[in-house]
Amino acid sequence: MSETANHAGQPTSGGAEIDDQTRRDFLIWSTVAVGAAGTAIAVWPFVDQMNPAADTLALASTEVDISQIAVGQSITVIWRGKPVFIRHRTPEEIAEAEAVPLSDLPDPQSDDARVQKPEWLIMVGVCTHLGCIPLGQKQGDAKGDFGGWFCPCHGSHYDTSGRIRKGPAPSNLPVPSYEFTSDTSVLIG
Amino acid sequence: MSGTSNFQSNSRVVNWIEHRLPVFSFLDSQLHQYPTPKNLNYFWNFGSLAGIVLVIMIVSGITLAMHYTPHVDMAFGSVERIMRDVNSGWLIRYIHMNGASMFFIVVYIHIFRGMYYGSYKAPREILWMIGIFILLAMMATAFMGYVLPWGQMSFWGATVITNLFSAIPLVGEWIVQLLWGGFVVDNPTLNRFFSLHYLLPFVIVGLVFLHLWALHMHHSNNPTGVEIKDEKQDTIPFHPYYTIKDLYGLGIMLIFFAFFIFFAPNYFGHPDNYIMANSLVTPPHIVPEWYFLPFYAILRAFTSDYWVYQVMSLGGWLMTAKLAGVIAMFASILVLLFLPWLDRSRVRSSKYRPMNRFFFWVFVLDCIILGWVGGQAPEGALVLIGQISTFWYFFHIIIIVPLISVLERPKPLPDSIAASVTQAAE
Amino acid sequence: MKMTKTLTAIALGAAILTGAGAAQASGSGPKAPSKDWSFNGIFGTYDRAALQRGFQVFRNVCASCHSLDLIAFRNLEALGYSEDEVKAIAANYEVQDGPNEEGDMFTRPATPADRWPAPFPNAKAAAASNGGAAPPDLSLIAKARGSGGDSAIRVSMLQPSGFPLGADYLHALLTGYEETAPADFALPEGKYYNHYFPGHAISMAPPLYEDAVEYEDGTKATTDQLASDVSTFLAWASEPELEHRKNLGIKVILFLIVLTAMLYALKRRIWSDLH
Repeated sequence: MSETANHAGQPTSGGAEIDDQTRRDFLIWSTVAVGAAGTAIAVWPFVDQMNPAADTLALASTEVDISQIAVGQSITVIWRGKPVFIRHRTPEEIAEAEAVPLSDLPDPQSDDARVQKPEWLIMVGVCTHLGCIPLGQKQGDAKGDFGGWFCPCHGSHYDTSGRIRKGPAPSNLPVPSYEFTSDTSVLIG
Repeated sequence: MSGTSNFQSNSRVVNWIEHRLPVFSFLDSQLHQYPTPKNLNYFWNFGSLAGIVLVIMIVSGITLAMHYTPHVDMAFGSVERIMRDVNSGWLIRYIHMNGASMFFIVVYIHIFRGMYYGSYKAPREILWMIGIFILLAMMATAFMGYVLPWGQMSFWGATVITNLFSAIPLVGEWIVQLLWGGFVVDNPTLNRFFSLHYLLPFVIVGLVFLHLWALHMHHSNNPTGVEIKDEKQDTIPFHPYYTIKDLYGLGIMLIFFAFFIFFAPNYFGHPDNYIMANSLVTPPHIVPEWYFLPFYAILRAFTSDYWVYQVMSLGGWLMTAKLAGVIAMFASILVLLFLPWLDRSRVRSSKYRPMNRFFFWVFVLDCIILGWVGGQAPEGALVLIGQISTFWYFFHIIIIVPLISVLERPKPLPDSIAASVTQAAE
Repeated sequence: MKMTKTLTAIALGAAILTGAGAAQASGSGPKAPSKDWSFNGIFGTYDRAALQRGFQVFRNVCASCHSLDLIAFRNLEALGYSEDEVKAIAANYEVQDGPNEEGDMFTRPATPADRWPAPFPNAKAAAASNGGAAPPDLSLIAKARGSGGDSAIRVSMLQPSGFPLGADYLHALLTGYEETAPADFALPEGKYYNHYFPGHAISMAPPLYEDAVEYEDGTKATTDQLASDVSTFLAWASEPELEHRKNLGIKVILFLIVLTAMLYALKRRIWSDLH
């Protein structure tokens, strides 16, 4: 005769207890499962609230009207808090960029891997060394030895495709994801 | 602490930890084997419910604080940003807002349970007193929390209540300026209220730890008020009996809580708090949140048309009606500290004290009336009702309770907890 | 004995809740009549067509004096407009930006990320242009004048007697003007008599009249219809999360009922071996 006891350690009669035990175990495990699922679902909002909020996401993409940018002109727009250089490149600049052999580049990348339309160069204007904003957007700015951009902080030189050529910066100026929504406007981000 | 732990483990990891920090045997003795009277009714659920609501308030509060800005120009807007732009922000805000009301509902029932069953009596006096301090800390936290959204009621409620301290003779005005950090409730006030509102809940956590420590010294009271005589007969292990019962009670409370969050989230609030604070426009009726209403009624019961104040006023700068109201308001909570000594009955539980039971329910009704009076404009008959109810509140605690405890003939007690359970089963 | 105690507890709970609610009385004036809003009740949703009509009323009538500071153009997608339609609506409005390279502030067409531009630069300008009383911002007006979009407990005994449903009050106010004040009422100069406004003397001239707006969807623009639609729009502006909230609420409470039932069954099981 098997000896069974209740949770307080007091002896109870055996027999039909065994079926009861299985039923109780099922009840325990199913309740635990439902409870655990509910808890996980309840915890999610408290984690999700740290994700970017709706107003932040609304500024996650910026649409820019590029119809007014003449050939040879650059503008700077703010995207996700950072400056983005948009340059309407001259044919000379494009030719120069395409002619550079990859072996000359500390961060090898061909020009056509960096642009969708060769006359529009769009990149994040933050030096990949320590984060300063390179000069070269305005007429009269120093453009460095390669005709593109020059970072005054520690002397990094970028070419007409925004690639690092000389100086401490390790990589090319990053190209964000963008899309031409029409001939006159581009959506960044 | 009692609660036998014959904790043994075959796991080397467990034993390694246990040898250095005995968490496992601690949990085993305090939460698993811990002997608890076998006859507790559902009114004993409210302590664990209060603890859980405290955790909910801290978690929701910390996540809200990630988005809130405690500056007068940005506070209201930051709360609305939470409501509209932050992912699930409206949910977290409503949880926090209605959680405050849930906290007081649960704690008030918990306190009334203590009063009915004599849980404050020896040897649980310190347990009771720590509880009163928890209540005071909760009230301070809630008061400051309500200011943070910087709505009309936030601002004017803060102005009215902080102004009360000016009633203190000699140093009153200086104290108020110290609290405000200026000459009116303004940005310095808001900023420091945010800091203190974040701090106090953790003080409450510390007090709760002391509260539980004191509880575990002599174990829970029970509906008969008869102490545990024989652990084997009178008690059952906390786990699984009371863990599952507490979880069930939690489920019920969460349904109630969820109803308000999702279908009546502004039921306990006041529409005027959705208007940004304006120091030049006073709302027609300034009311605190519902859980403060009885104390607000006691405060306002002391009107200046009583000769007592003129006599005591000593030229008007010592005792005023305003000061009497302030003293009475704080006294209404502090007087509860003395309950263990005011009640001289040898019998704990009102179950066996018919007179005490009757007056207990009268007292509860009195508290409800005080709450109702506190929410109305103090006009006409309401003033007298408020004064009578205030009088009765103190009369009950200071006069009735001691008198009954001496005069009453209590019913015979059961021999033990086990005996009362067997009797009930018959 | 146990039953009476439980019943007393429930009765007390109800009393406290009624007390809590009724404790907060509203201002003077008759109670706004209850209307059957689509967003009422546990299953409430916003009527998109009414929202769009209400938005039309707001932009054509109210927006000249009232700001809507908390609503961004991108929020209007909830009214049923597409992303492109929202962009087009936004482009109709000018918002301030800057400073530019010269240090000057300038205006530009709004984008969906921008908030609704206010008609006046600050509160004092608003008051000066409106006889000394600044028209209140309307982003939260439905929650500031009543209980937002929640009437789930309106018909039960737990209803707070003091507060109407926000939309009920707004609708009543907008249709509650009288041409002339009652004989025994002294109406101050420059004010208008309104049944539902606390104190009855309101600074706002009656803003709605038949066909004040020509609805794009062709609905007949009676004063009542205009008031009803703009009240729906303002209820949405106060509580854009309402549909999601009620929907989630049903799921959460159903889940909790199931879980609590399982916990109860388990409790009974575990306790059954004690006697």
